[in-house]
Amino acid sequence: MTAEVTLEVKNLTKYFRVGRRKILKAVDNVSFSLERGHVLGVVGESGCGKTTLGRTIARLYEPTSGSIIFEGRDVTNAQESELLWFRRKLQMIFQDPYASLDPRMTVGEIIGEPMDVHHIASGKERLERIRYLLELVGLDPEHANRFPHEFSGGQRQRIGIARALAVDPEFIIADEPISSLDVSIQAQVVNLLTNLQEERGLTFMFIAHDLSMVRHISHRVAVMYLGKIVEIAPSEEIYKEPLNPYTQALMSANPIPDPKVESERSRIVLPGEVPSPINPPPGCRFASRCVRAMERCRKEDPELREVSPGHWVSCFLYG
Amino acid sequence: MLEMNLKPSDFEPISLDQREGEAITRPHISYWQDVWMRFKKNRLALTGLTVLAILTFMAIIGPIISPWDYRECDYNHINEFISARHWFGTDYLGRDMFTRLWFGTRISIFIGITAALLDLCIGVVWGGISGYFGGLVDDIMMRIVDILYGIPYLLVVILLLVVMEPGLWTIILAMSLTGWTGMARLVRGQILQLKEMEYVLAARSVGASPRRIIARHLVPNTMGVVLVSLTMSIPGAIFGEAFLSFIGLGVPMPLASLGTLANEGYQVLLVYPHNVIIPALTIILLILSFNFVGDGLRDALDPRLRQ
Amino acid sequence: MEAVHDNRGEQTRDLIQAKKRQDLASSRSTLLSIEDLQVSFHTYAGEVHAVRGVSYSVERGGSLAVVGESGCGKTVTAQAVMRLTPIPPGEIKGGKIFFNGKDILSLSEREMQSVRGKEIGMIFQDPMTGLNPTMTVGNQIVEALIKHQRLSRRAAWEKAVEMLNMVEIPNPAVRATQYPHQFSGGMRQRAMIAMALACEPLLLIADEPTTSLDVTIQAQILDLLKELQEKLGMTIILITHNLGVVARLAKDIVVMYAGKVVEKGSSAQVFYNAMHPYTRALLKSVPRLDRPTRTRLESIPGTPPDLFVPPRGCAFAPRCRHTMRICVEHDADPIETEPGHRVSCWLWHKDNPHPPKSDHTNGGFDL
Repeated sequence: MTAEVTLEVKNLTKYFRVGRRKILKAVDNVSFSLERGHVLGVVGESGCGKTTLGRTIARLYEPTSGSIIFEGRDVTNAQESELLWFRRKLQMIFQDPYASLDPRMTVGEIIGEPMDVHHIASGKERLERIRYLLELVGLDPEHANRFPHEFSGGQRQRIGIARALAVDPEFIIADEPISSLDVSIQAQVVNLLTNLQEERGLTFMFIAHDLSMVRHISHRVAVMYLGKIVEIAPSEEIYKEPLNPYTQALMSANPIPDPKVESERSRIVLPGEVPSPINPPPGCRFASRCVRAMERCRKEDPELREVSPGHWVSCFLYG
Repeated sequence: MLEMNLKPSDFEPISLDQREGEAITRPHISYWQDVWMRFKKNRLALTGLTVLAILTFMAIIGPIISPWDYRECDYNHINEFISARHWFGTDYLGRDMFTRLWFGTRISIFIGITAALLDLCIGVVWGGISGYFGGLVDDIMMRIVDILYGIPYLLVVILLLVVMEPGLWTIILAMSLTGWTGMARLVRGQILQLKEMEYVLAARSVGASPRRIIARHLVPNTMGVVLVSLTMSIPGAIFGEAFLSFIGLGVPMPLASLGTLANEGYQVLLVYPHNVIIPALTIILLILSFNFVGDGLRDALDPRLRQ
Repeated sequence: MEAVHDNRGEQTRDLIQAKKRQDLASSRSTLLSIEDLQVSFHTYAGEVHAVRGVSYSVERGGSLAVVGESGCGKTVTAQAVMRLTPIPPGEIKGGKIFFNGKDILSLSEREMQSVRGKEIGMIFQDPMTGLNPTMTVGNQIVEALIKHQRLSRRAAWEKAVEMLNMVEIPNPAVRATQYPHQFSGGMRQRAMIAMALACEPLLLIADEPTTSLDVTIQAQILDLLKELQEKLGMTIILITHNLGVVARLAKDIVVMYAGKVVEKGSSAQVFYNAMHPYTRALLKSVPRLDRPTRTRLESIPGTPPDLFVPPRGCAFAPRCRHTMRICVEHDADPIETEPGHRVSCWLWHKDNPHPPKSDHTNGGFDL
């Protein structure tokens, strides 16, 4: 690989204990790597573990096993100063612009908090930086002393972006940053994120359930199903040549806002619903809904394999 | 709009300041201003607050403006009805009821607020620690709360009064000894809920320390609920004290509280009803007002009604 | 899918025939028409003008999508049709709603109860709000059937199971005896559709029916709605913000913005020849799977206006790229630009000396 790898995730696993004997396998043996300045989209339906994956990588959850290597350093079990270093390099943008901003803090305090924690700026310099950040995300710097509830959803999400940028991070995990916004506002936020990513050469992990949006903003797309990555491919390729039957179904379920195209598209409608991630059966997780499932799929779990350059898929149909 | 004379100039493009789209049209209001605006809409709560202000004001200056001392006996005017000399009459020892009423109100409010504040301090710390750290710490701390909650509080009071001098602080202590459990549970529940909020995750993800998270995020955000609970528990404490006084376990003579006044008046109820009616009315007013204010605050702070 | 059709056989055919008879009797005519509807909500901060003069109509057997962002008044309008507007704080300030020859707003609450459920069925975004958690799913359908169709309990139960079967719930006889919490999200939505259709209503209002569902489940539900529409000739009003869903299901489209209808027309007219700058921008602001990635999306600057103080002119003017002097002064009346296609925008007014040019490379006008 020629480009520099920023993040490498190896066999990352996060289980939650629910009740006595039940184990929720939220993230199960996930491996991928991400190059500097690239955007990886992670897409999947609710309960597929995409949010847990993001939070585990951000060390908000303790990983059950596996390792997270960030800029060559193993941060899987980092503590104290090393963790603080990691926290400065990696920032998160959250889904709910209403819940992710402390209602008792002014916008200035919210954006200033990461700077205080990392002792980046204080006094006048800090105020200047807050104003600069607000302007950067397209908000009026005069609004620094206002409270989050005075802003609309899209504006709040931009405040969240300003907070993430406060410490000049290199890596940003955006967890469903636009799914609670209105359509016309989604485009604003997506354009802002794309611009910032390009201008600052940020590395991005963009988590969402909306495949068309994820594909739009990412260089590569990873599709998750029940805690596993079933396919990773360059975003142009994933639409033209989806390999995993689940990816194919997901792709065809996603409606295209064009009546002619819609009426001509052939559609794979998956039967049934996503099974529970608690104590999943052996074999391929998708086997129960897969139209092409074979005997082998119910017994063995397929590995993620590279079938063409940069295109990885975990399915017995390929190899 | 039907037949307008439209000139070509009407169709000239104009550029709008992009900023205008981002302008916030609603006026700048802080959190507490917003709460106050909602609170003001509630007429009952506002009345409660006014009555409370008047009662507090009178409790402070009542005994001062009165020419009598609360212990002073005017032996020539025993059990007198309302008169120019004694504005609310006198009791069976000739003590001025006006002075004693406001003095009693002062003691009652003092006991109510102190006991509630004590509950608050213990409850917030206990519940906060229990909720934030969770796990075994939480289990142990909450079981202690359960046990304390199970002890009848009258029993505690009586036992405590056996070993301690009867007095103001004994009563406060007795009530707080078991009273803080409710607050501790409330705060724990709140913290458990807030801990999962995305803004707390956000603070953790920027690297904020637990101390910072508790002090800057968790505690300020429980304040609303805690405040409501505080205003609701003050009348409880006042009523508790009145009840203890009424059954003879209250503040010792010659101190007066609304409870002891009602108790003394009750003994001459049929002959001199004003001696019981006035303190009883004051208790009712006090407790109702606190409850109204608490209700109003709860509605004003309720996040579901916001926006 | 074929297998599923077969085992649903007879009752579906019965329903189709019943519907056909109905359709013959009343040919193609307007089923619902809303005229200049105005709805306000009184809040502590003042009056919110949620719906400001909305008019649209649906033909029998038609499928109309009402598209708009949150707060544009699309749901409030639908609630008014069902007379479900909470009063207070809501107030219907004016306008008329005619449904199947009835003046909805002048009906008594009692008469309205026989319209709701029996003549108009509604499904909601959150299926849990439409289902009673303390009753079995079967009993909820039975209750409606007994009330509206005067069936015996036994017959009603059989019909309920049939309905569940029709919406493709596996094991309908068992499922009917279960409670809503035992159903998954997609199943609940199906159960709610079954309930809404149990009394064979003339009109089905679906308010964001798939918003809370996953994409693969959304596809199932959309297929189901499409089938109901094609096979039973059901009239559907679909309220949504998702243009993809609209493209799949709707024949006609109404676009709403800030409590008003800004554009209406057939699906093809609105998608390929959008005339209102808002509609146009909305269509360009969503990424498409079949387009190259990492291009710039067209974004609409700013946010929708606060309807406490509705703007004097066009509500979209502050965000529009083509704002003219008149736009901020007066709101535009609907202009019919081609048969069945109406747009409320000054750009298309006959007195505008510089009307937008046709731009075929863009599949429409150069907006």
